[in-house]
Amino acid sequence: MLEINNIHKTFNIGTINEKKALNGVTLYLDEGDFVTVIGGNGAGKSTMLNAVAGVWPIDSGSIIIDGNDVTGLPEHKRAPYLGRVFQDPMNGTTATMEIQENLALAARRGQRRTLRWGITKPEKARYRTLLKSLDLGLEDRMSSKVGLLSGGQRQAVTLLMATLKKPKLLLLDEHTAALDPKTAAKVLELSDKIIAENNLTAMMVTHNMRDAIVHGNRLIMMNEGQIILDIKGEEKKKLSVEDLLQKFEEVSGEEFANDKALLG
Amino acid sequence: MFNLIQVFCARDITALIRALPGSAAQGLIWGIMAIGVFITYKILDFADLTVDGTLGTGGAVTVMLVLAGFPPVVAVGIACIAGMLAGIVTGILHTVFGIPAILSGILTQIALYSVNLNIAQGRANQAVSVDMYNLIVSGRDNPLTIIKVVGILVVIIALLYWFFGTEIGFTLRATGCNENMSRAQGINTSVAKVIALAFSNGLVGLAGGILAQYQGNFDVNMGRGAIVIGLASVIIGEVIGEALFGKKLNFSAKLAFVAVGSIIYYVVIQFVLWLGLPTIDMKLFSAIVVAIFLAVPYMRARSKNSYRKAARS
Repeated sequence: MLEINNIHKTFNIGTINEKKALNGVTLYLDEGDFVTVIGGNGAGKSTMLNAVAGVWPIDSGSIIIDGNDVTGLPEHKRAPYLGRVFQDPMNGTTATMEIQENLALAARRGQRRTLRWGITKPEKARYRTLLKSLDLGLEDRMSSKVGLLSGGQRQAVTLLMATLKKPKLLLLDEHTAALDPKTAAKVLELSDKIIAENNLTAMMVTHNMRDAIVHGNRLIMMNEGQIILDIKGEEKKKLSVEDLLQKFEEVSGEEFANDKALLG
Repeated sequence: MFNLIQVFCARDITALIRALPGSAAQGLIWGIMAIGVFITYKILDFADLTVDGTLGTGGAVTVMLVLAGFPPVVAVGIACIAGMLAGIVTGILHTVFGIPAILSGILTQIALYSVNLNIAQGRANQAVSVDMYNLIVSGRDNPLTIIKVVGILVVIIALLYWFFGTEIGFTLRATGCNENMSRAQGINTSVAKVIALAFSNGLVGLAGGILAQYQGNFDVNMGRGAIVIGLASVIIGEVIGEALFGKKLNFSAKLAFVAVGSIIYYVVIQFVLWLGLPTIDMKLFSAIVVAIFLAVPYMRARSKNSYRKAARS
């Protein structure tokens, strides 16, 4: 479903802030794979998702979604393949538009937009049912502006928008990081439900190792722009936070030793 | 206070009343322009300074075409298209060449000054007389002008109400509020911006064409400060609309209130001129009024939420 072939990305080339963000990432996802992505700050997790989404062009390598090479496509032309939920709840929705209008925008992702009405009666009925399934009472506030909703509610709406039109790949970029623990748990549960119901292929970046273990069928760990660990299936089910921490330290600890050696 | 009453009594109140239809007619014509500003400033969140040039373009195109024998209605239609082209230029400067929004508008505006003079065959002033041509509106007949321009406004508001309810209209609204989200939903935000700028400046060109007929001439400076009048109308209309009907105004009512704001602006201008403000100080006065209207909401929010207040309590 997704092929990431040896992609590289360096930011601010030639300046003092030069940063190798992606350093030869290769990853293949099968249809229905739900991968959780962990790693320290600056490891390249969000950068990898942004590379797939086409926020900027990559320096080298290729990205293929469901057999289509999207490496040369700008962000809005990749949108038909992708559903995205961002870390900042403000980012995924349009505050000045109604809840139902936001959903209608998302329902037309990848379609030619014309001078037909932006939202139709049958659509509204469908959105009401979908919003009801969120169990947040939003089905009675469909014509409220999204700006009036809380962060958790906005994130739930964004999730619905991302999957309203079944995407080839769902990208969740720390989408619960800005929420309180209770809301975060609810949004995660909702994500699981939507992914399972629609049999979606998904990538979820998280800082929470427990979440990374509990959710999905595959886990990858990144460090310094590379994938350093890839655990699937039965092996992942047996994983514990301690195992992961140990692995994490193995990598960062080794570096630490290297630094020490250099300085010493 | 006593002085003010004296000033009032010394003036002829009938002169003010006699000036009212003219203010209303002018306000309505500028209302068309202000609705254009509403599209960029409020929906696209783009302070577009192109309009100062576009208004003159609309005026120049209309006057020259009428002088060349075109029917005034056709001339105004072409003025509208000329305005759209100006908007597209600003949009391309911004989206293709990455020039900041304000600067893109200023560049087009300055370029249009020369373009307008060229259209007017190098003359800063071109008269078109209602005696010789069958103009749509004229300053000599304010009541008829008011009726006709209200009609035009109703059509414009209806069209915009429809357009912003369509799929393409949705993309403009989304782009103005959240570009990242818009791109993630597959919207080409550059195209959306160019469309909004084209529509906005098309309306401004149309307003320029009608204004030139109303005042009976094209003047190369007719658009100077247009953005300020447009913003004043948008803000006055918003304040009054919310004061009368709260925040629940629908889109077409909001647009109608922009035109109302424009009328009020002209009535106020007429009033201060009547009080004895020299005409040369008018632009200074306009700028101060707009600055106050822009500052008041911010200052009010700050006074509710100030450090000084926090320290006192």
